[in-house]
Amino acid sequence: MKILVCISNVPDTTSKITFTNDNTAFNTAGVQFIINPYDEIALSKAVELAEGGKGTVTVINVGDASTDATIRKALAIGADNAVRIDAAPRDAWFVANQIAAYAKDNAFDLILTGRESIDYNGAQVAAIIGELLQIPSVSIAKKVEVASDMVTVEREIEGGKEVLTAKLPLVIGTAEGVAEPKIPNMRGIMSARSKPLDVVEPFSVELLAHIVNYETPAPRGTVKLVDATEVEKLVSLLHDEAKVI
Amino acid sequence: MSILVYVENTDGKFKKSAFEVVSYAKSIADNIQTDVVAISIGNVAEDELAALGKYGASKVLNVNQEQLASFVNQAYASIIAEALKSTGSKLLVLSNSFSGKGLAPRIAAKLEAGLADGALELPHITDDKLTVKKTAFSNKAFATLELTSDIKVIALSPNAYEIKETGGNATVETFTPNIDQLDFSTVVKEIVRATDKVSLPEADIVVSAGRGLKGPENWGMIEELADVLGAATACSKPVSDAGWRPHSEHVGQTGIVVSPNLYIAIGISGAIQHLAGVSSSKTIVVINKDPEAPFFKVADYGIVGDVFDIVPKLTQALKAYRGI
Ligand SMILES: Cc1cc2nc3c(=O)[nH]c(=O)nc-3n(C[C@H](O)[C@H](O)[C@H](O)COP(=O)(O)OP(=O)(O)OC[C@H]3O[C@@H](n4cnc5c(N)ncnc54)[C@H](O)[C@@H]3O)c2cc1C
Repeated sequence: MKILVCISNVPDTTSKITFTNDNTAFNTAGVQFIINPYDEIALSKAVELAEGGKGTVTVINVGDASTDATIRKALAIGADNAVRIDAAPRDAWFVANQIAAYAKDNAFDLILTGRESIDYNGAQVAAIIGELLQIPSVSIAKKVEVASDMVTVEREIEGGKEVLTAKLPLVIGTAEGVAEPKIPNMRGIMSARSKPLDVVEPFSVELLAHIVNYETPAPRGTVKLVDATEVEKLVSLLHDEAKVI
Repeated sequence: MSILVYVENTDGKFKKSAFEVVSYAKSIADNIQTDVVAISIGNVAEDELAALGKYGASKVLNVNQEQLASFVNQAYASIIAEALKSTGSKLLVLSNSFSGKGLAPRIAAKLEAGLADGALELPHITDDKLTVKKTAFSNKAFATLELTSDIKVIALSPNAYEIKETGGNATVETFTPNIDQLDFSTVVKEIVRATDKVSLPEADIVVSAGRGLKGPENWGMIEELADVLGAATACSKPVSDAGWRPHSEHVGQTGIVVSPNLYIAIGISGAIQHLAGVSSSKTIVVINKDPEAPFFKVADYGIVGDVFDIVPKLTQALKAYRGI
């Protein structure tokens, strides 16, 4: 089984988010970049599925050379080889087009992405790749099982879950529950250095949207403390003042 | 050039998100002087469909064919795209629900339409330009997105727009898509619903608890409090990682993002990743024994104290208030 895992290079989850250039660009100063946490889940699942010679795992990232450290980490976790499409990721449409074009030429059985990236939260890449390749896609999978060419996926729905089956080839956006994130060991880190990382030229994609500017949420007011012996007071505040009950 | 709205149903009944998207589309339609056409896929009763008129739909396209009883994003995307073409609509609105997230990007890609996912407010529309505010950086920021394509798609965040009753009944028309060409290769085998529970992304009130609860055996009091309030229950990541609660309850940057009217955080420290998923809640109440817990910095109301002492008392006080 040939598996492709799409990884995004995102600011660490503890990053303070600020902007520059009159709030039109994300301020990367002092920000540590990591593999998108959901993509790490996808990667861990792929490594699990390929274990024991059952398949190969290729990771793909759309990004400039600054993302190589993130890609090496993915190789250390257990991917066999990596591809970097050499372009700044403009948006989900751009990224998915680049990945779909690569996938079209390389016939993967399973394409895994994280359910969304924690920077732009688009949750779009899996579904767009599916559409561009004309194969099924499942977004927000909580559980994935593969038996020969049949995949069983559990997906989150409002107030419950849905179990569905699909034949390979398939694109899946993975969420928590699909796999435990793997931590690279020393052997993985050493071997990652010698694994192949191909750099591929992007093709031009007509953009359909762009971000005009950013803003950060207005600071909230100060907390009103209620004494632990007067919980009834909280109930009246929620009723009379906040008007939420 | 009506606005087309896709309305989701659960077992033939419309959910809150359906009324939200219709209300939202109606406000846009009023601003640009057009009307709202809704499309429903699945087996929904005629009067339920017509009732969408109350929220501003003037017409409802009803797609009710056997094979479409359960959600298949590929097939649904094709049908909605077909409806968009046949109505001549240039704007599609749907919910950024779990299904919406699988559907909207496929439709947008099919039509080469720009997609605003997770929209939070009404868009600004001038001539051919549409800008709209959406979440970014897991709710640590917002971005204003401009869609430049001819056809545009907006996926509205659950709970971001108020349901408004504005009209009467809508006319219902059968819409028969050409389903022979559609792909049904994903097959739904089973749907498991937690029937007695409030759906987390749509909930008005969320009662959430963290590692301060010490163990899964103590969740009874959280459920009881949620019951009294008609709330959904949620938890912090370490709680679901430890298997005390299901992953579907985990909120935060790597969990579900919620924006209820009231979020009650019990025994949760308020780590930056947790706050990311809950900070857009309208009112936040924090109960924590540590007065230095970071959650107090974003809370509207707080009680410093032991959860095992406070929560039962709060439940009692709410019962008294509700007359239960
Ligand atoms: C990549 C990444 C992603 C993450 N994503 C998320 C996410 O999406 N959501 C999330 O929640 N976390 C996330 N985390 C984890 C996050 O950093 C915190 O570890 C987590 O939110 C802490 O959960 P907690 O507050 O329940 O537990 P703790 O940090 O252990 O806090 C427990 C709190 O309970 C209080 N307490 C204890 N006993 C009592 C008592 N008897 N009465 C009253 N109060 C009491 C304590 O004072 C403390 O404040 C993520 C972390 C990483 C690295």
